[in-house]
Amino acid sequence: MAYSDKVVDHYNNPRNVGTLDKSSAEVGTGLVGAPECGDVMRLQIRVNPETQVIEEAKFKTFGCGSAIASSSLATEWIKGRTVEDALEIKNTDIVKELSLPPVKIHCSVLAEDAIRAAIGDWKKKNGVAETATAEAKA
Amino acid sequence: MSTVASQIEVPAGVTLPIYMDNHATSPLDPRVLEAMMPYFTNKFGNAASRNHSFGWEAEQAVEAAREQIARLIGASAKEIIFTSGATESDNLAIKGIAEMYRERGNHIITQVTEHKAVLDTCKRLEKYGYRVTYLPVKADGLIDLEDLKRAIDDKTILVTIMSANNEIGVLQPIREIGKICHEKGVLFHTDAVQSVGKVPINVIADNIDVLSLSGHKIYGPKGVGALYVRRRNPRVQIAAQIDGGGHERGMRSGTLNVPGIVGLGKACEIAFNEMDSEAAYLRGLRDRLKAKLESELDYIHVNGSWEHRLPGNLNVSFVYVEGESLLMGINDVAVSSGSACTSATLEPSYVLKALGLGDDVAHSSIRFGLGRFNTQAEVDYVAAKVIDIVKKLRELSPLYEMVKEGIDLTKIEWQAH
Repeated sequence: MAYSDKVVDHYNNPRNVGTLDKSSAEVGTGLVGAPECGDVMRLQIRVNPETQVIEEAKFKTFGCGSAIASSSLATEWIKGRTVEDALEIKNTDIVKELSLPPVKIHCSVLAEDAIRAAIGDWKKKNGVAETATAEAKA
Repeated sequence: MSTVASQIEVPAGVTLPIYMDNHATSPLDPRVLEAMMPYFTNKFGNAASRNHSFGWEAEQAVEAAREQIARLIGASAKEIIFTSGATESDNLAIKGIAEMYRERGNHIITQVTEHKAVLDTCKRLEKYGYRVTYLPVKADGLIDLEDLKRAIDDKTILVTIMSANNEIGVLQPIREIGKICHEKGVLFHTDAVQSVGKVPINVIADNIDVLSLSGHKIYGPKGVGALYVRRRNPRVQIAAQIDGGGHERGMRSGTLNVPGIVGLGKACEIAFNEMDSEAAYLRGLRDRLKAKLESELDYIHVNGSWEHRLPGNLNVSFVYVEGESLLMGINDVAVSSGSACTSATLEPSYVLKALGLGDDVAHSSIRFGLGRFNTQAEVDYVAAKVIDIVKKLRELSPLYEMVKEGIDLTKIEWQAH
């Protein structure tokens, strides 16, 4: 399979690899996918409680090059955005940016799911209403 | 910033990319090419032309190749039928026997890790009223001979079990299988594409009635293969699947591919002379590769029996690393993966699944296929490169981190997608 230059770049130099303290109230963790499906993404955010801005984002991914690139890109995009703003990111934006072929679209879906799961976890911890998420998903 | 890109130094004498996928195909041995060359140019005759020297010359070359092939597997030259390759040989053997012995019975026995050339042929026969038993394999990839004995009934006409598996290199106990078949009066076909020329095979001692082999897996050309069809004790009859000029004793019509056949013959002759020393050499390289990987990496799983295995095969899972991402990191090394992402169907390898391995282990598998032209320097480079990339990808793997923290991954509720 031929990979786009951007996928290769993210694979060779993944951004924001790492782990945040998931017990911290400011941190939201999203773990999506399944080992038997061949991809698992863990995306974590640290949110400023005052501004609701995502100040830090980290990921680790078990999966193909496109899955690694999708999650790496997702951390780049959500950093500096408010949580509501980050929920605007669509998997199709990731597909476009990385020029993913049709068989790799599920990687971008998983990355979008990871963003939502991390934000959802943070909201739950901090008692923020989920309504906005539900609307954004609809 | 972490980086996955590898900076392993390429040792002197190693040229990239390195080919280590010899179960898929093998490079043509220069000695084979040399033998073939005249038959592309001035010795172009049709082996079926009986009236002039061009035909005689071609026929002579074909008969010499028949001898070379027969010698390698302990057959006689008259028992060798030329085909376009092992897929055709498998089709001809199974369909040809099914058709010819239909009066006697309609039951065929095979096993689940066969090549698709056998499995899909059997599936087609099921549509035409044949009954097929697909024997399971044990965790080591071998069939249970008791299962085979139990599966044979009074309608069984054929048992078709591969000699060596193309993914995990596991060698089935064909001699014992053949013995059981002969005791029960059932024909035994083996797809020996991966084993001919790699490990000793003798159709008499191994009780084989029909055997498929191919040129391009043994450093010969693509597009040519052969089928051994036993002529005595018992005399096996096969219904032709391609009709025409009645070539190959009526079993396979079509003008013979003379240069290809000459190449296949030469490849068999070289294998006959060099198989023992080559097997020892490949086993040495393969064991070296495995030892290096195991010395630096944890959570490595060898897939299939280690003891009953082709000398050049190493199939391992680097658990918690996905196979395609590993291939991407070692892109100057040609190997294969059983990962779903590398297959057209997006399904992980059915062979690895048949061993009872979880899909996650199948997704992490890499098949190294060492061959005649690989060197120790290449093995050392490949080992260093794989170790480097696996370590980097495990730094990126949430699963590896969780396991290291003592989390039981089977206790997590994953969302399959």
